[in-house]
Amino acid sequence: MAYSNKVVDHYENPRNVGALDKNDAQVGTGMVGAPACGDVMKLQIKVGADGIIQDAKFKTYGCGSAIASSSLVTEWLKGKSLDQAQAIKNSDIAEELELPPVKIHCSVLAEDAIKAAVADYRTKNSK
Amino acid sequence: MTLQLPIYLDSSATTKLDPRVLEKMMPFLTNEFGNPASRSHGFGWTAEAAVERAREQVASAVGCDSKEIVWTSGATESINLAVKGAALFYQDKGKHLITVKTEHKATLDTMRELERIGFEVTYLTPETDGLLDLTKLAAAIRPDTILISVMYVNNEIGVVQDVAAIGNLCREKGIIFHVDAAQAVGKVKFSLADLNIDLMSFSAHKVYGPKGIGALYVRRKPRVRLQPLIHGGGHERGFRSGTLPTHQIVGMGAAFELATQEMDSELPRIKYLRDKLLTGLQKMEEVYLNGDLEHRVAHNLNVSFNYVEGESLMMAVKDIAVSSGSACTSASLEPSYVLRALGRNDELAHSSIRFSISRFNTEEEIDYTVKLLQEKVTKLRELSPLWEMYKDGIDVANFEWSSHDTQRDVILH
Repeated sequence: MAYSNKVVDHYENPRNVGALDKNDAQVGTGMVGAPACGDVMKLQIKVGADGIIQDAKFKTYGCGSAIASSSLVTEWLKGKSLDQAQAIKNSDIAEELELPPVKIHCSVLAEDAIKAAVADYRTKNSK
Repeated sequence: MTLQLPIYLDSSATTKLDPRVLEKMMPFLTNEFGNPASRSHGFGWTAEAAVERAREQVASAVGCDSKEIVWTSGATESINLAVKGAALFYQDKGKHLITVKTEHKATLDTMRELERIGFEVTYLTPETDGLLDLTKLAAAIRPDTILISVMYVNNEIGVVQDVAAIGNLCREKGIIFHVDAAQAVGKVKFSLADLNIDLMSFSAHKVYGPKGIGALYVRRKPRVRLQPLIHGGGHERGFRSGTLPTHQIVGMGAAFELATQEMDSELPRIKYLRDKLLTGLQKMEEVYLNGDLEHRVAHNLNVSFNYVEGESLMMAVKDIAVSSGSACTSASLEPSYVLRALGRNDELAHSSIRFSISRFNTEEEIDYTVKLLQEKVTKLRELSPLWEMYKDGIDVANFEWSSHDTQRDVILH
């Protein structure tokens, strides 16, 4: 598989690897994919009182482009509002990383992970 | 000696041409360019003599008569000729064929094609160690079974099937037995003279010979007949028409001769390297060997690194050239069908790496590989949510995954 330099860079130097406390009310956690499919992404966001994402962390089991897609979105998420975060489209990710067609599903999974993390945060804070 | 990177550990995919083989081939790529079928001048006679000498070399390496060797373009063509050729020739006797789910695609796709034109095929599931249970094979035989095809050595997991016993069973039942031996020559000791095998497929490039040349063994006593697939000048006694590639044939002959000559000295060394590699990798937790270790060729190691995805691992270890059973390395996005047939779950199939050692690998290269794998598997596990779950005591296999079908839907659209 010939990857773009951007994928290789994110793969070799992944940004924001790690975990946030999932029981923290400020933290939203999204876990998408399945091991059987070869990709699992766990994305966490920490949202400030102003509704702005202060921090984002990920862990990903998957191919190089899955790791790169999740690493990239953690960079993009910081400083965004929840609505702005939800507006990130898989095509933006695929375009930025120049993903080959067979790897587009990795960007879809990253978009799903953002939506899942935001939804989790909103559920926690809806009361 | 300084270590040359990348290190080639994919000899089951193909091997480097042995320089001694190249040397034998060179004259036939230069001055000795005659067509072996030319009967009217010395150019042709020289080429023909070289082809026949190579036929003797191959026949002697596998223990048959040189008249039983038919040149082809490689093991894929040999398998096609054997399976289709015998099925088509003997179809009046019956239309049922038997093979195994872990066979190479050359056999499986040929079988599929025969199904399309009216044959019926039974695909047997091997045991979890990769070996075929002979009682299951015997039970699958029907009165209309005309051919059984089983590979000698599996290309992914290196397990060795008991072709002697299968051959006896076939002979007793009057069924044609084809063996795909592409991965067996120079790795397993055998002689066709002692085996009840009717057809056997060979390849040169898995044994330090050139690509683009193979052979099919076609038994003469009792005689096995085939319907040819390629028609033309009636070369190879009508089994396979087309001008013979003298240089390739000379290369295959030399490679097979070397393989059998050097097997006794070469295999213990390769096995030592393979065992050292396995011991080194098993120092990590959650590393699983795929396929039986005892009934296995010396050069193959297929292991799954649980909670690490195969393609990302291959990216991490780009200093070594290996293969993965991960879906991501295939066009189909399905994990290895061989590992699936052994009952390995998808996670372990996705996490598998095949190492295949050649006569050119050194101990230094194996030590480097162990160190690199230990470092990169640890790094990728730190990145893996599954590893985190495993460490937290969560049962990953029985966890309820939400969007299981997401990516497949996307692929289809």
